[in-house]
Amino acid sequence: MIRFILARLLKAAVILMAILVLNFFLIHAAPGDPAAVMAGEAGATDEQFIADLRARFGLDQPLSTQLWLYIKGAAQLDLGYSYRQNMPVAQLILDRLPATLLLTLTAFVISIVLGVVAGVLAASRQGGWGDTLISAVAMIFYATPLFWIALMASLLFSVVLGWLPGFGYETIGANYTGLVRGLDIARHLILPATTLGLFFTAIYMRMTRASMLEVSRLDFVKTARAKGLRPGVIQRRHILRNALLPVITLAGLQAGQIVGGAVLTETVFAWPGIGRLMFDAINQRDYNVLLGVFFVSAAMVLLFNLITDILYVVVDPRIRIRS
Amino acid sequence: MKKGFARFARNRGALIGLVILTLVIVIAALGPPLYPQDPWRMVQRPFLPPFTAPGLPLGTDALGRDVLAGLIHGARVSLMVGLVSTVVALLIGVPVGALAGYFGGWVDDALMRFTEFFQTIPSFALAIVLLAIFQPSLFFIILSIAIVSWPPVARLVRGEVLSLRSREYVEAAVLSGQNSRQIITRQVLPNAVSSIIVLASLMVATAILLESSLAFLGLGDPNVMSWGYMIGAARTVLRTAWWLTFIPGVAILLSVLALNLIGEGLNDALNPRLARRGE
Amino acid sequence: MTILQIRNLSIALPKGADRPHAVEDVSLELAAGEILCIVGESGSGKSMSANALMGLLPEGVRPVKGSITYQGRDLLQADEGDLRALRGRDIGMIFQEPLSALNPLMRIGAQIAEVFEAHRLLTPVARQSRALELLHEVGLPDPKKAIRAYPFQLSGGQRQRVMIAMALALEPKVLIADEPTTALDVTTQAQILKLIEDLRRKRNMAVIFITHDFGVVADIADRVIVMQHGRIVEEGPARDVLLHARHPYTQKLIAAIPGPGGEAKDDKQGAPAILRVRGLNKIYKTGGGLFSSPRVVHAVNDMTFDLHTGETIGIVGESGSGKSTAGRCLVRLVAPDSGRVEMAGVDMASLSGADLRANRRRIQMIFQDPYSSLNPRSTIGRILTEGPVSYGTPRAEALARARELLELVGLDASAVTRYPHEFSGGQRQRVGIARALALQPDIIIADEAVSALDVSIQAQVLDLLADLKRQLNLSMLFITHDLRVAAQVCDRIIVMKQGRVVEMGSADTVLTAPEHDYTRALLEAIPGRDYERALKDATGVPACQS
Repeated sequence: MIRFILARLLKAAVILMAILVLNFFLIHAAPGDPAAVMAGEAGATDEQFIADLRARFGLDQPLSTQLWLYIKGAAQLDLGYSYRQNMPVAQLILDRLPATLLLTLTAFVISIVLGVVAGVLAASRQGGWGDTLISAVAMIFYATPLFWIALMASLLFSVVLGWLPGFGYETIGANYTGLVRGLDIARHLILPATTLGLFFTAIYMRMTRASMLEVSRLDFVKTARAKGLRPGVIQRRHILRNALLPVITLAGLQAGQIVGGAVLTETVFAWPGIGRLMFDAINQRDYNVLLGVFFVSAAMVLLFNLITDILYVVVDPRIRIRS
Repeated sequence: MKKGFARFARNRGALIGLVILTLVIVIAALGPPLYPQDPWRMVQRPFLPPFTAPGLPLGTDALGRDVLAGLIHGARVSLMVGLVSTVVALLIGVPVGALAGYFGGWVDDALMRFTEFFQTIPSFALAIVLLAIFQPSLFFIILSIAIVSWPPVARLVRGEVLSLRSREYVEAAVLSGQNSRQIITRQVLPNAVSSIIVLASLMVATAILLESSLAFLGLGDPNVMSWGYMIGAARTVLRTAWWLTFIPGVAILLSVLALNLIGEGLNDALNPRLARRGE
Repeated sequence: MTILQIRNLSIALPKGADRPHAVEDVSLELAAGEILCIVGESGSGKSMSANALMGLLPEGVRPVKGSITYQGRDLLQADEGDLRALRGRDIGMIFQEPLSALNPLMRIGAQIAEVFEAHRLLTPVARQSRALELLHEVGLPDPKKAIRAYPFQLSGGQRQRVMIAMALALEPKVLIADEPTTALDVTTQAQILKLIEDLRRKRNMAVIFITHDFGVVADIADRVIVMQHGRIVEEGPARDVLLHARHPYTQKLIAAIPGPGGEAKDDKQGAPAILRVRGLNKIYKTGGGLFSSPRVVHAVNDMTFDLHTGETIGIVGESGSGKSTAGRCLVRLVAPDSGRVEMAGVDMASLSGADLRANRRRIQMIFQDPYSSLNPRSTIGRILTEGPVSYGTPRAEALARARELLELVGLDASAVTRYPHEFSGGQRQRVGIARALALQPDIIIADEAVSALDVSIQAQVLDLLADLKRQLNLSMLFITHDLRVAAQVCDRIIVMKQGRVVEMGSADTVLTAPEHDYTRALLEAIPGRDYERALKDATGVPACQS
């Protein structure tokens, strides 16, 4: 198990390194002077900025040296400087990271729990109206643009009905503390987390349903019936556990999509996370921030992947014992 | 084949999808010539609600532009981006997957590590970065979408090829003196085609969603009207003119839904493994 | 004493199936303590009646007529709750595939304990100790370890023992065994058969044993029912049916049982050697990454033999013996690690590229699975011409030849325009043979070429192979797990175990006076050996002559 985690961590490190290299080449592939690119459009006019940047990143030195400097910097959590916001990129991201982690993790949990429950319900009523209804709803959510459903949700629940706050992380100026603040944040979290989760709920539901139906045709389910077990027990103990394996794999693969989807949700709901930061960076062409967020979101995906990998190993004895 | 179509047609959802998609295609193909309104031109005062002004069935947006014209031109962009980027993604993914699956060993290792890398990095964020750095023209939008959507193709094709490669008829082909190229193109890929078609139909749907999301964030081609752009532009007036967000959203929803329904129908028809019950 | 009675049972298949009923008008009685064998080929409906008994029919398939009476109750009228109470407790069941029949994510102990739990018996602790006793009773080597194991950690035979332990947990009065030994090696099969026989005697349990193998029937059956196309064609005490079959279908099945005999085996060792294999080795390394060492399997270990012109050599062994790997090494579908494979003075093992291609056409293969050995998207014509065309034969000429070949293997020449799915398993196997012949090879390697076929079809294909071999003066390597098949067609036999050749000699010697213990064990494990002798005495002809 420890070996397995070590191997995974090593792999993650290699991928992060590769992303740094990719980032580096993107800066150089961008049209125009890399220094100007790093400085952003506004800084480009300031000769002093450009000169500083050239010295700092050794832009007059060979590419390999530059790459080395860039990676060394990143290893020390130096992701460059945002000349737009006058702050180190790492600092900007770190400030916003907790909000994004809260949002994406909540959405992740909501989508898996809801998706699996709905999938099990649909599978156990295969062909009935319950199945048809659940499948149809899932199909529609699966086809809905995330940003649009977020807009519609904020229109309905915040503007028209006034039930939930439609933007922000907490009530500004209220200065709540302790539990009250926690509840306030939770109220603000409901809409963004649910809308972000719904699309993935649909995916997990469809996967769970298909997987349950496939597993229920396997021989060991017949064995379980031949033992005289009740259908509920067979469903839970034999079918569901086996059906969850592909769902866990899928969850790992979808982690990247959830992190990407956070950009849209945070934009719509003005949620102060790194997705919102990315949106602002797009509009300001603040490349250092853009690449920094890209790097950190990849790291988040790797973390999600590690979690699902470990989960898989815990559930499946074949991998646990062989590795 | 006939049996396949019968299976497809038996799926009511797939038929509905086919009808909707045909409609969207007709609108995209014939719309602009039949309704030659420039979607960028100001034609009336802003914020006309739908069904209130003659000649402007869906009203006007915040700049007084014809919403229906935007919708019609947007259909073209969505479909084209969806289709072309899927084709490009297939052109990358199929060879990568086929080579990895067929040759195995270090070729497989190298190609799959490469694929895994692209699958791990958050694809939407990568598309954003690519488009922010290389100006968002239609060409780069399609390229970016293709770059972030080929890995699943490669993985699917590799998996299929890997399982097909050990079939006895492939071994027989090796013994009958066919070379690797002939074996991949004649024995292996034709048997993987149905899975690829199903995946491709779903990929067109995903690409349409991706394009609209990018346009919503302001990373669309500034010279073409697209559904995502319309939603992005109307976002600030959501409270006062909600229909400007609602209408293009429904257009996206219906097109994507149609493609997904078709993909599902194709899956039942072409991969009858799961649909075989009762036959 | 009759404990179970089926009367006029008909089971309907869903619309669109190849026939309206899976089972039609089937009646049978089962007495306490007896073993009733239901025999038939695939599609005969032999499993369906047993599944109906348990209320475990596949979706869409349902009984439409008749009754199943157990302890005075009609099971077809019983509700799901009553049936559930019966399952596992009164009627136990074991299946063909012991791997897929066990839940891969649950420990063996928990899966056995579940049987008690399902019927609310015993405490959790008592269930575990009963599970341990049961594992001991079915003869698992290390029950304490097995109870904590997951299915993938056990061998096929061990898994089937677990299945039996589970089925016997509540001492049912009836055990239904659905082809329980078909997926097992012959030595394991013999052990499982003995176990079922012993348990039946000890517990006076009735057994419905479903099988396609008359050898198995002869070894364990008290009574026999023969089914064809969903109907019972013959039934009676085992001795009567086996030795004095009345129905022509039964007679045909019995005649098709492979066994020594057939054409006279002559010594072809005087003929020149067409294939010389020297010191062939193949080692597989699996797993092994950054943090773990690989598992090494010596699949073929120092194999040496000569194949003479016109000779048929059988390579016989159980699963994992390396027989198939050896065959694939010879044609270089698998690259051997060392050794020489000389064909007419050329070493196949060291060739590559164009030279390999040019020489490989002289040695062709017939495969096991009639369903995966033909490309489903190619016409038969294309399948048969691809080889010659890629060696430069003009397409029209290759097609003409394909038509001839089809007729040679007993199919209609018009088959060239049709697709594989339009043919039955036996017909596909004929196409596979035609394909191998299309390149006019000197040597044919038949890898379990008849193992997936029903006995009657198997006999026809074996006859065809023998004919073709004589007509075309082919030399053949016949890879099989079935000693009876090898005995019928081979001049010499090589016995392999765990990658090594343990015995090699003329078929007669190996089969009648084996030198190696392992060969002896294999021979003794063949089901129905006494029966074949008895049959010979009763009818005066060896079983295989048809």
